[in-house]
Amino acid sequence: MRANYGYTDGSGEWYITIDTNKCDGCRACEEVCPEGCFAIEVDDYDDEVAMVTEDQRKKIKYSCGPCKPVGKEHVEPCHEACPHGAIEHSW
Amino acid sequence: MAITAGIDAGAKNTKVVILREDVVVGRGTNPTGFALSEAVEKAFVLALEEAGITRDQVDRIVATGAGRKAVHLAQGNVTEVTADARGANRLMPSARTVIDVGAEEGRGISIDERGVLVDSAVNEKCAAGAGAFTEAMARALEIPLEDIGELSLQSTKSIDMNAQCTVFAESELVTLVHSNTATADIARSVHDAISSRITSMVRRVGLEPEVMLIGGVGYNVGFKKSLEEDLGMKVTVPEYPEYVTALGAAIIAKEQLGGA
Amino acid sequence: MAGEDKPEYWRWPESRWTNPDLDWKAGDIITAGVDVGSVSSQAAIMVDGQLFAYSNMRTGSNSPDSAVNAMDWALKDTGMTLDDINYVVGTGYGRVNVPFSNRAITEIACHARGGNFMYGPTVRTILDMGGQDCKAIRCDGRGKVEEFLMNDKCAAGTGRGMEVFADLLSVPIQDVGEMSLDIDEEPNPVSSTCVVFAKTEATGLLREGWPKEKVLAAYCSAMAHRVVTLLERLGVEEDFAITGGIAKNRGVVKRLEDELGITTLEPRYDTQIAGAVGAALFAEALVKKQRKQAGG
Ligand code: SF4
Ligand code: SF4
Repeated sequence: MRANYGYTDGSGEWYITIDTNKCDGCRACEEVCPEGCFAIEVDDYDDEVAMVTEDQRKKIKYSCGPCKPVGKEHVEPCHEACPHGAIEHSW
Repeated sequence: MAITAGIDAGAKNTKVVILREDVVVGRGTNPTGFALSEAVEKAFVLALEEAGITRDQVDRIVATGAGRKAVHLAQGNVTEVTADARGANRLMPSARTVIDVGAEEGRGISIDERGVLVDSAVNEKCAAGAGAFTEAMARALEIPLEDIGELSLQSTKSIDMNAQCTVFAESELVTLVHSNTATADIARSVHDAISSRITSMVRRVGLEPEVMLIGGVGYNVGFKKSLEEDLGMKVTVPEYPEYVTALGAAIIAKEQLGGA
Repeated sequence: MAGEDKPEYWRWPESRWTNPDLDWKAGDIITAGVDVGSVSSQAAIMVDGQLFAYSNMRTGSNSPDSAVNAMDWALKDTGMTLDDINYVVGTGYGRVNVPFSNRAITEIACHARGGNFMYGPTVRTILDMGGQDCKAIRCDGRGKVEEFLMNDKCAAGTGRGMEVFADLLSVPIQDVGEMSLDIDEEPNPVSSTCVVFAKTEATGLLREGWPKEKVLAAYCSAMAHRVVTLLERLGVEEDFAITGGIAKNRGVVKRLEDELGITTLEPRYDTQIAGAVGAALFAEALVKKQRKQAGG
């Protein structure tokens, strides 16, 4: 399953996509994220996978902002940490 | 002696600054409303009156702001961030980070010692990231916008607002009022909410001291306090914060005249 | 019916239904699903995988009460009581606050499953436009979610955004759709996505002398366009169904169909009950699993 957490608001599209077919629940993202965006939970189909936490889903544009500095080359810490490439950002 | 004008055609208000050499001699403002040209004309006339000059004495006019391309009086236009950078630098040469919060947009700008723009980030097209948020919340609280800042300074505890949308925040605020939460605490939560959104935007351009806050929201002492706490840094608000963008445009007009 | 006392321009009427051809006493597995949303709550009761009864009503200020009320209303005059039900699944925004539920499952999974039941196994894309959120789901032939997104941050594209407009123009929400189609020529959509800025824009249009119908048309097409953007992230695969309150707004649905060039499946039931039906189906599957395990 491709789970898109986030939102589209007047200012654009802001999603973190987690591919639950790739995610094995290793917790690397949970450990590395400075904003506490991730949690590992059992989903509706009984798989233990990463999710974006409920309160972060409404503000990831802001939470992830500092990981995405303007005018500088960067790789988001969560992307770097995930061994399976299961995490994507839409912006 | 060169006389120039900067016209900032903002979404909410139009502001005009008239500069004689390097001195501001006139200011004027008028709500933009639904008729931009009219607003520009009125604000311009007010500024001319204050300066005590006629319109043909003005050598060059540069427009900025959301409606800048529709200002027919102007001979040129520049983006808001460029104007912000120049205006802020004139008022405080040590400013490296400029935060401009207007009614419909919030901008974070990093500038160098000459007032040249380095990087910028913007919160736009979502009322929750700009001054419109505070306005809507003041309305929902049924207090004048001018008072919400002072009021929040009396707050004794911070509460979190969950909603990240102006529309949903209105309902959340009504619920808080019904549950007898102190209005001062609610006012503070409004400023904390908008400040955290502005802060993360500013952190994208890199936060360097000194920090200057401009735009109409500069008058809001409650917001300034929340912002200083979030940034962990002192924030300076100049006199007439809402005119800094227009000032920048007037300075650029002068530079474009060259020589003199 | 509760709450009909003062005129509210922005809420859908409540509804209730019982299957007249079904003798529940002859049933084996009886399950229920309760979907507690922020604006409305639904309960659905299934007997051996067939829909037996449902209710759709407003959510009160308190989630547990709303769950109880919806359930009571669905059970009303059926002779069935809560004790006759083997398993209850709670879903929706208030899913953890359903006092009599055995398990909570997210509204995404329940909508996919409920949509699969209500519209048939050919359904691949489900759009749910609720009171305060908007969900887009792509699912397989068994109603399992393949991709989803859910937007509950921004009021634009949710029932709430429409309510703001219905309120601004003093038009009852159930009339918005029809009124928006009563125009000579389709106007340009409202250009701001943000409800706050769109409201300012609409005020300007009214001042210019636009009739209400035309302003509503401009907003309905803006909303349709916004939802299309959401759907495009997932890719729309046919068959396509719309659930939730906005499915009842022809002004949005028609414009959405035109923009996508796809027609939506005709609903056979109240479009707001998909979540509750899905929850009841999950409940049924869970009962079967339990029995299998118990039976060794
Ligand atoms: S980009 Fe940064 S803040 Fe955002 S999820 Fe990844 S690690 Fe966390
Ligand atoms: S409706 Fe709310 S979240 Fe959406 S753009 Fe406007 S203020 Fe932002």
